Amino acid sequence: MNRMDQTFEALHKQGKKALIAFITAGDAGLETTERLVLQMEQSGADIIELGIPFSDPIAEGPVIQKASVRALQNGVKLTDIFAMVKRLRQKTQVPLVMMMYLNSIFGFGTEKFFTLCADTGIDGVIVPDMPYEERDEIQEAADRYGVYSISLVAPTSRERVAMIAKESKGFLYCVSSTGETGMTKEDTANFDGFFGMIKQYANIPCAVGVGISEPEQVSMMKEYCDGVIADSAIVELVEQYGKDSSRAVGSFVASLRQALDE
Amino acid sequence: MGKIGRYGEFGGQYVPETVMNAVHELEAAYDRFREDPEFQEELLRYYQEYAGRPSMLYKAEKMSADLGGAKIYIKREDLNHTGSHKINNVLGQILLAKRMGKKRIIAETGAGQHGVATATAAALFGLQCEIYMGSEDVKRQSLNVYRMELLGAKVHSVKNGTCTLKDAINEAMRDWAANVENTFYLIGSVMGPHPYPRMVRDFQKIIGEETKRQLREKEGRLPDAVVACVGGGSNAMGMFYDFIGDPSVRLLGAEAAGRGVDTDETAATVAKGRTGIFHGMKSIFLQDEEGQIAPVYSLSAGLDYPGIGPEHAQLHVSGRAEYYNITDEEAVCAFEYLSRTEGIIPAIESAHAVALACKIAPTMSADQIMVICLSGRGDKDVYQVARYRGVQISE
Repeated sequence: MNRMDQTFEALHKQGKKALIAFITAGDAGLETTERLVLQMEQSGADIIELGIPFSDPIAEGPVIQKASVRALQNGVKLTDIFAMVKRLRQKTQVPLVMMMYLNSIFGFGTEKFFTLCADTGIDGVIVPDMPYEERDEIQEAADRYGVYSISLVAPTSRERVAMIAKESKGFLYCVSSTGETGMTKEDTANFDGFFGMIKQYANIPCAVGVGISEPEQVSMMKEYCDGVIADSAIVELVEQYGKDSSRAVGSFVASLRQALDE
Repeated sequence: MGKIGRYGEFGGQYVPETVMNAVHELEAAYDRFREDPEFQEELLRYYQEYAGRPSMLYKAEKMSADLGGAKIYIKREDLNHTGSHKINNVLGQILLAKRMGKKRIIAETGAGQHGVATATAAALFGLQCEIYMGSEDVKRQSLNVYRMELLGAKVHSVKNGTCTLKDAINEAMRDWAANVENTFYLIGSVMGPHPYPRMVRDFQKIIGEETKRQLREKEGRLPDAVVACVGGGSNAMGMFYDFIGDPSVRLLGAEAAGRGVDTDETAATVAKGRTGIFHGMKSIFLQDEEGQIAPVYSLSAGLDYPGIGPEHAQLHVSGRAEYYNITDEEAVCAFEYLSRTEGIIPAIESAHAVALACKIAPTMSADQIMVICLSGRGDKDVYQVARYRGVQISE
């Protein structure tokens, strides 16, 4: 059973929602990433998204773009990230998902990529530049190695939600403001309509990515979904504190956890 | 072509979910209007009365005699309004945007030619226009930046990555995703997600169609070779397309080698790239072993791009078209050569095609015909070429 399914099942039994935390792999070095994964789990994150640095992250806002640049300047390679995942797997069974661009799979070698996912313990991938219609690019290999390809929906998906939700695995990633991830405090989406439609079709948990920057947003968003995703706000803390970001990231994640469980 | 939007294995629609409906909406609108005689008539009218089509096919007698091989003709896209072939595509897309009710136009630009053409058409149709341009290109093409501003466009200088065309496209795609409901992304080359590669090619194919007709009138036959420069490849696709079904016509593409294909400062995608997925399409890209897109370099801002359009990738793989690479030095020499020999200052992009013609024409016989697509004029490049030659001129 995929670790993500186990996690959502356990949370469901406890009547809890999932906290999904994102960091860019290799930002402030891979040792920092490794420490932060463990710290975030300890502070209450249920699933960890590892952003794979890419030369041209077209679906990211400025905060994560900058993190990608920092990680690449550190010389981080996908093969090194897999080695880190392997080390992490000796210490934790927290579900690990890679957020990455399609060419980091295709250009790296799709078969080789999923072999490494299975060998090291990656549970899923989120590929923002691979829409539903192009999912065959990786689906067969992902299925063969038991790695979930997590689908995204956006308010602009409209009637596409049904089609996408029906076939998604792990969880459905709901981008709730149009545009890239970022620290916007304005909710541009009409949540009721958007999530009403999602709930109608999705048989799997729905997690919302809205650029969560404070616990109050978590309190507001949790009614709509089965999980919330925090990304830019955590990445900003890593930008600010670098190698010494464990404490700041830990307490931020803990504050979100508390808001989610209240 | 098998699947819609595919050229062999290349093409496709690799874009974020946020813009998928917009891509489909565009596809549907384009499919409707490409068959619509009213749309085609209006486009033709703007081509003729605004852009100045048909562009001339000029017999370059001095150059032919000097090179001592094929008879050379030059397709004068540089004489179009705004100074390049870019206006052909822009007029097509802007008429489409107008019919789709979009109020805001965004575009990327490398050399600034597409940006200027877009700003021009936006001014003509009273649409809001914002252009993304890498900060390096803003520096080397400051004349075009001012020109766009003069036309009422807002120019965003993009300071990410390599600060060139690729990064301008990244930023335009982000803008599109954030403003997809009211914004039309006017892509300037035969690249990006379907339907762009096909749509841009359709709006540019008039180059080859006119060439075929004009040459039939002048010589009563087909050319033996056509030559065009390839960045993303829109003028080349426009020139090649109508000749694909004529196997006797060699299709020759000139890509930018920058400081040489054996250096890292190159933009020679076909020579050094491999299949990848980027900017909405599966095609050939310069990339490292982990799929990171490579930083590229060419003196020519318009060819300074790490990929090529998917239809070119397929023409390369199938062997139907041949792609060669031309260094900065060769392009600058051709820039000077055409200026002196024929009194035509070519765009530095087009000078790559001229350089390739200078290499191939002498290997052909005197009864053979070669057509060079002169995609743009070189006024914008004079300062940069002077600097390249170590000549100080004040702007």
